[in-house]
Amino acid sequence: MIAELPKSIVDNPRLGQWISFDISGRVTVRTGKVELGQGILTALAQIVAEELAIGMASIDIAAADTALSPNEGITAGSQSVEISGASVRLAAAQAHAALIEAGARRLGVSPDALTSRDGALHHDGKETGLDFWSVAAEVDWSQLIRSDVLGSAPPSHRIVGTNALRIDMAAKIGAGGFIHDLDLPEMLHARVIRQPFRLARLAHVDEPLLSRRYPDVSVFRQADFLALIARDEYAVARAQDAADTFVRWEDVSGRWKPAANSGPKATIIGQPQETASTNSNRIAADYARGNIAHGSIGPSCSIAWLKDGQLTVWTHSQGIFALRDQIARCLGLDKANVRLIHAQGSGCYGHNGADDAALDAAIIAMHQTGRPVRVQWSRIDELSRGPLGAAMSARVEATLGQGGQISEWSMTVRSAPHAQRPGSGGHVNLTSAEALDAAFLPNAVEDLPAATGGGASRNSVAIYDFAYQHVQVEIDTSSPIRTSSLRSLGAYLNVYSIECAMDELAMLADIDPLAFRLNHLSDPRARAVLEEVAAMCNWPAQKAPREGYGRGIGMARYKGKGAYLAAVAEVSVDDTVRLERLWLCADAGYLVNPEGARSQIEGGALQAASWTLKEEVQLEGDRVPAFDWSVYPILRFSEVPEVVTRFIGDRADEPSLGTGEASQGPVAAAIGNAVSQALGVRVRRLPLTRDRVAEAINFG
Amino acid sequence: MNNAVSFRLNGQNVTVNRSDDAPLVYALRNELGLKATRFGCGQESCGACVVSVDGQPIYSCTRPLSAVAGTDVLTAEGLSADPVGVALLDAFRDEHAGQCGYCLSGILVSAHALLRANPTPGRAAILAALDIHLCRCGAHGSIIRAVERAAARIGAEV
Repeated sequence: MIAELPKSIVDNPRLGQWISFDISGRVTVRTGKVELGQGILTALAQIVAEELAIGMASIDIAAADTALSPNEGITAGSQSVEISGASVRLAAAQAHAALIEAGARRLGVSPDALTSRDGALHHDGKETGLDFWSVAAEVDWSQLIRSDVLGSAPPSHRIVGTNALRIDMAAKIGAGGFIHDLDLPEMLHARVIRQPFRLARLAHVDEPLLSRRYPDVSVFRQADFLALIARDEYAVARAQDAADTFVRWEDVSGRWKPAANSGPKATIIGQPQETASTNSNRIAADYARGNIAHGSIGPSCSIAWLKDGQLTVWTHSQGIFALRDQIARCLGLDKANVRLIHAQGSGCYGHNGADDAALDAAIIAMHQTGRPVRVQWSRIDELSRGPLGAAMSARVEATLGQGGQISEWSMTVRSAPHAQRPGSGGHVNLTSAEALDAAFLPNAVEDLPAATGGGASRNSVAIYDFAYQHVQVEIDTSSPIRTSSLRSLGAYLNVYSIECAMDELAMLADIDPLAFRLNHLSDPRARAVLEEVAAMCNWPAQKAPREGYGRGIGMARYKGKGAYLAAVAEVSVDDTVRLERLWLCADAGYLVNPEGARSQIEGGALQAASWTLKEEVQLEGDRVPAFDWSVYPILRFSEVPEVVTRFIGDRADEPSLGTGEASQGPVAAAIGNAVSQALGVRVRRLPLTRDRVAEAINFG
Repeated sequence: MNNAVSFRLNGQNVTVNRSDDAPLVYALRNELGLKATRFGCGQESCGACVVSVDGQPIYSCTRPLSAVAGTDVLTAEGLSADPVGVALLDAFRDEHAGQCGYCLSGILVSAHALLRANPTPGRAAILAALDIHLCRCGAHGSIIRAVERAAARIGAEV
């Protein structure tokens, strides 16, 4: 049987695009996927080391580079281990076979008699004096990667499946492991004075005042794009902090126009049932969340350098190829003259300011020929001027039929756009592009297609076996607030809504919420994570251990095709909600690095707990005010719950499933259901702050 | 004007010349080339920039350079030269502590100051010491376990 090739290999079919042995003792792996803090490079290095039977220390994963790397699209959607992992595995296995064959030809022996150990070729167990590097020149690296290169024997793993240490962490702790730490000769520092709202017109810059107060700082202005430049970083940073004293913006009405959207899209499963709907067997519930900030601890940063007609940009973007195309388009350059190189940024949870910062640096560098320009965003800009996670709402209406089974289920989702990355829908989608020319404003926005898991529609179809399920999703483009992909996209609120509604219906049916779910669930892996998490926390024996405490459950399969996760949360509620304990059970297939997977699952869970308990960007009308951590608190060390995580389904013959986005929705739902149990009233609008809880108690 | 400010940095005497009184983080990163101390907010809100001055954790994003004249400054680069620092680095490695790593150098320095002052802190003292730090990746659990592990090792040695 010929297995299907991963998309990354279809798009980049030649062996030499993925792997090379040019430096003695070193294996260079090229991947288009990038490290976002999720540990992907370590997992890929494990996979390559395994196939080559070589130590991980010999593997160099090259930084993604539009000039050198395979184009693997964007690093998003929890696809990296699934797709890039499968790709590098094929490439490494085929490279190994080709190197063995080259060695066999040189020695005049059968390839079957050759093995390799740490790169050295052995014949019948004895050293031959040859190694990968001495025969690499005899391999045709232009050969196409095949899908049949892996043996049919079940893999016996030595490195894959172990908790290998992160290959990037030592530099990040003790030295210059981040893009922020690159220091090029003669580098200039720049800060961009961002538009305070969409398409704000730059009315006036008091340059005499600026040069009097900040004599070392020069100004670059093009249309509504304004940057401050100096040799010294602190000089531009302090001038930026005082921008209000020398810059005036204007609101020119009519400049911003809402983008068209594609209208509601419906998914219908099953047949409508004839059930008499009464108040006692029916719920109608409206759930919602506001906009959420990405909140990377390190602000966005980029360095751009125009030299000999070539623009080179270092960026922590998730998608360097798409960004390269849009930067070239904005600057009127041939994309052959624009090269983007990935350099690692602070933790990235989706489409944040990284891409915007790269265009910022590129615009300025075009006018500073020969000198690298480093742009770093301020804390306020990082929180308030990058794209936000999209506000959305979901209405669930459902009817209980015979025997407490749901006979009809309808969910209507309305959401700001989740997919406005550079190039999405053919639009530039970079904030400084709009400052250069309002014509770059996107004029039409669609949701992500189902093939990539959807955006607003992600996880809007419930996993349960309802007799009739009607789901409608609509993108709302009426707000000028820039929104895009934040970890798990629509899945977070959709799962929150579905799983809270399941609890509301279970209560109506007077059935335990776990049993109620299992009554509607035939997917064996989904049942298994639910049953296991219930066993882990001894559900439901301690339904309410004491006054003011509550336990809730939540479950989903990410995107309907990824990892399964079931969560139980225990909360205490007095005037605020405190998350005391979390039990998580995941089935993510085979785990390349169990510790890395645990870290992704638990990290996603705690981030979701922070969103759920605390986070919502406070708008001023239809604008995002400049805000910082003082008004946008996130979960702190003193607030983290005790977390117990268990993986099931971790078998070498199971495909690996991404873990970065599996826990957000289920954890939010588990917390929401726990709060409801503790309070006796339902809080449907997130976050579950003191005010929202009080509101629900008073008006619930 | 040019102000020369001298202090001890990770055990070495250094002097920085700047014409202004920039916050310490800029001098560490740009004049002295030590990049482990990170800029996060510039507002004493996130702890990414924490270094220790005479054993006390401080925010280097706001502490003026002149204020550290004559002091002993420790950054994450200096941890490996000290047994408490080594215990912490080992424990963070063994616990796979952290996720993206941006917050870790500040956290390590705070944990170092804690364990130097109190080699046997309880969980409450550890949480109190770490609470000035933000971690957005949700890696809190592994970080707390790592500090506890380092404390156990140091506690066993004293």
